[in-house]
This record gives sequence, C-alpha cells and structure tokens, in this order.
Amino acid sequence: MADYKLPLPTKQPESDFYWEKAQAHELWLRKCNTCGDAYFYPRDICPKCYSNDVSWIQASGKGTLHAYSIVERGPIPPFRDAVPYVAALIDLDEGPRMPTNLVGVEFDDEHIKIGMAVEVTFDEVTDEVTLPKFKPAS
Amino acid sequence: MANLSKTAAIVGVAESDEIGIVPGKSALMMHMEAARNALADAALTKDDVDGFFTAGYWNYDVAEFLGIKPTYTDSTSVGGSSFVIHVAHAIAAINAGYCEVALITHGQMGRSARAPYGRDPNLPSAQYDSPYGIIGPPVNYAMAASRYMHQYGEERTRQALAEIAVSTRKWAQMNPKAMMRDPMTFDDYHNSRWIARPFHLLDCCLVTDAGAAVVVTSAERAKTLPKAPVYVLGAAEHHDHSLIHQMPDLTVTPAAITGPAALAMAGVTHKDIDLTMIYDSFTYTVLATLESLGFCGPGEGPDFLANQRSAPGGDWPLNTSGGGLSYTHPGMYGIFLIVEAVRQLRGETGERQLKDPKLSLVNGTGGLLSSTGTIILGVD
Repeated sequence: MADYKLPLPTKQPESDFYWEKAQAHELWLRKCNTCGDAYFYPRDICPKCYSNDVSWIQASGKGTLHAYSIVERGPIPPFRDAVPYVAALIDLDEGPRMPTNLVGVEFDDEHIKIGMAVEVTFDEVTDEVTLPKFKPAS
Repeated sequence: MANLSKTAAIVGVAESDEIGIVPGKSALMMHMEAARNALADAALTKDDVDGFFTAGYWNYDVAEFLGIKPTYTDSTSVGGSSFVIHVAHAIAAINAGYCEVALITHGQMGRSARAPYGRDPNLPSAQYDSPYGIIGPPVNYAMAASRYMHQYGEERTRQALAEIAVSTRKWAQMNPKAMMRDPMTFDDYHNSRWIARPFHLLDCCLVTDAGAAVVVTSAERAKTLPKAPVYVLGAAEHHDHSLIHQMPDLTVTPAAITGPAALAMAGVTHKDIDLTMIYDSFTYTVLATLESLGFCGPGEGPDFLANQRSAPGGDWPLNTSGGGLSYTHPGMYGIFLIVEAVRQLRGETGERQLKDPKLSLVNGTGGLLSSTGTIILGVD
C-alpha cells in the first residue's frame, strides 16, 4: 500500500476515535445526550446545543444516496488517474449526512439513483487509514 | 438597526491593466494595478484611502505592497462573496466615522501563479472530503446540481443550465475584456466534455489571472467627485456552512437570507431591478441563486429563464460582462460583479450598455455555496 497516492486524512484529536473505529470496520457518530442530535463530523461539543454531554454511537452503516457526481476530470493530479469515480453524499439512517465515494456499482445514471439504499463498506487504503465508503445495499 | 441606505456610494471601479492569461504578473501586482486604476476612476489618490479591505491574503501583506497604511482594516474572507460583503462593511464603517475612503482590492493568478494556493490540512475538509476526491468547486457544486435535478426534473434543469451558458456568452461577445468571445450554440454546450457530471465543461467558470478594485466613500464626498455616485441602497450578508455536506439544502443558497434583506433595506422589489449580477462559478450557481434571491419560487428557475430572456435583448439582463463563465474568473470573482454593475449604471459599457438602468442587484457567492453578499446599487 506504500504506493497509495491519494490524499490521506490529517486526523485531529476530536476525530481520532472515528478513524480508529473505521480501521476496525465500524462507523461511529457523535450523538448529543442533551438535545438528542446525532451529527457528522465529530466534535466534542454538540454544534446544535453546545452541550458537553456527547457520546459516541455506532451507526448502522445504512442510508440513502442524497446527491452524487460521476467525476470525469480529477480535481488535483493524483485524482487525474483515479477517474472516473463517484463523489457522493449519504443520508445516514441516524440522521447526519456524510461525504464519501459510492463503489461497487456501474458508474452510470441507470445504476446510480438518488434515494437508493446504500450501506457502508471499508476500504483499507493504507496500514494506518481505512476509509468508510458506500455501496448499494444488499 | 439604523438604515444606511444611500449613505455611501461606489465612486471608483477598475480591473487590473490586463486580465485573462497574464503570466508576467503576480497576484499582488494585480491588486496594485487595480487599486491605482480604481482610485484614478474615482479621481482620488492613494493618500485619500483610510479604510482597507481585502480577502485571500492578509491585509497587511497586501497593504504594504500597495503602500497603504490604513486606520481601518477589514479582512472578511468568505470566498468570492467577500468583496461584496466588504461594500456592506464599508458603508457601516463610513457611517460610524471609522473611515471615509474605503479601498477594496482583489488579485489572483488563478491560472499562472508560480506556487499553488492551498488549504490548511488541519481543517475538516482534509479529513472528510479530500480523501474521497471531493476537492474544489466543480465536484462539490456538481453534487448540489444533481440534487436539484432529482427534485425538479433533469431535462428542464439541463435546459436552464444551457440557457445560462449560452446567454452569458452572448454578453461576453460584446465585452472586449472577456476571455471567451467565440459564439456558443446550445449544441456546443450539450456536446462539451464532462468535468463532473452533471457538469459539462461549459457549465464551469473560467480559470484566469485578474485583479479588481472598488472605492467607496460617503454620499456627501461622492457628490464632490466628477463621476456620478453609484449609491449603495441595500446590503446584506450570510453564511450557513462551509462544506457541502453541511449545507442545509443543496438547492437553496444563503441568498435566501441576503436577497430579501438587501431589497428590503433598499425599499425596492425584484421587479424594480434593471440588471442582475449573480456570481456564476457554475451555471447551477445562477439557477439556485436566482430562486434563493426570490426572483421566482423553488424549482421555477427553468421556466423563469426560458427562451434566452437573460441574453442581450431579453427582459431580464443577467451578467452583462459575460460573467465568470465567459469574461473572467480568477478564483474569487465577486468583485468583478460590482465593477460591471457600476459601469452599467454609469452608462460606460459601450456595445453591451443597457438602456438607462437605474437599479442593479449584485449577489456574490463564496466557498461551496457557503456564503453570499447581496448589494443593491442605484443611480439618481
């Protein structure tokens, strides 16, 4: 995997847990115990009500496709060689929306439909980083 | 809140000496040329400037290069909308007595910079977006456009995007400073290559080298200057997210707040507007923004834009400079909207001049449909 050339996340203290869990092939979200809001991306204070009383919850990994783009021209050099790929926004069943890649599907409008059910899959891109991606629900 | 409508005016506007592909200049030289040219347009000098506004670079880096030592400084930096918001802040500062002559400058070498611009890798985008190739405006805006198509119909949305691309090119053909002046047919639009679906190449703005500057002063001082004042009648600003996955609704921009607020401050309605200048980073930016501004309802944009009514000769002139799509777009284009609106209101735009326009709405958009500034400009 040493030849992986695409950008890797710069993990932050508030998100180390998220990435650790991704390496274990689990998708975790922050949830506020005060207002009940589950949110993406992780922050140690609830962005809706500013409560410090926030937990981590394991997401079901299920959701629906909210929006997408089949990218034909990579935005930066390493992605020039990675096209086409599908940039996607997923509405998770727990509520939050997250960005990802849609994989395991033919890249055309016949097979990719907004509103389609999707589920998480994990792409171990390096020894240190596993990226949550999504595929059509089985 | 005090109503500052018509208490200040734009008295100078200019681009840098050259815009387009200008490899022989730096971004700071673009700021400097534009500043000199806009002050000359205002019949003011560098030494008259006491308020300084810019975005992108830090204010003291730009001001030092320009030889300006302001006693009021504003570095509001929210992407391409920044410079429109600077006008809003300038009128407040002028009324508060913090400055009298506000200089707003921009310069970017979008195409020819010798070193790349970068984002801080500590920001959330580097964790959650970049690893997925969700980088830069086309991919992000394309996803938003896909949602609009899903909600309001693919074919009619596609037609609306084409109407915008084609009408904007028609305006550019009458602007000697525009980079893209060849005719564009609807077939040209539909046949242009994919960038990030649903965007064709001709849905996307240019990437250019350019600078521009705007001078704002009090209404009183403006009346002492040779050119007719272009009054700031209304102004509003808003941002509601940075990253596209945090946008409350991919089909509604912050212009839903700033459009109605700026019009209310000016005491005018949509029907009063003679010229609409909407940031066109993409065709879709215009479609979503005109609805958000309230020119028509959600999903009605395709009907509103039908039959080239935004083109020369149409009853809803839009982006008469040729816009970011065909005139210039160095990265943060918003200031160029102001330049064109002021020139149209002064009657300085030659072949593309509208007949006696009195009111223009200018809407800058920044980031990933993240921020907007709307101003209403008018002449007596």
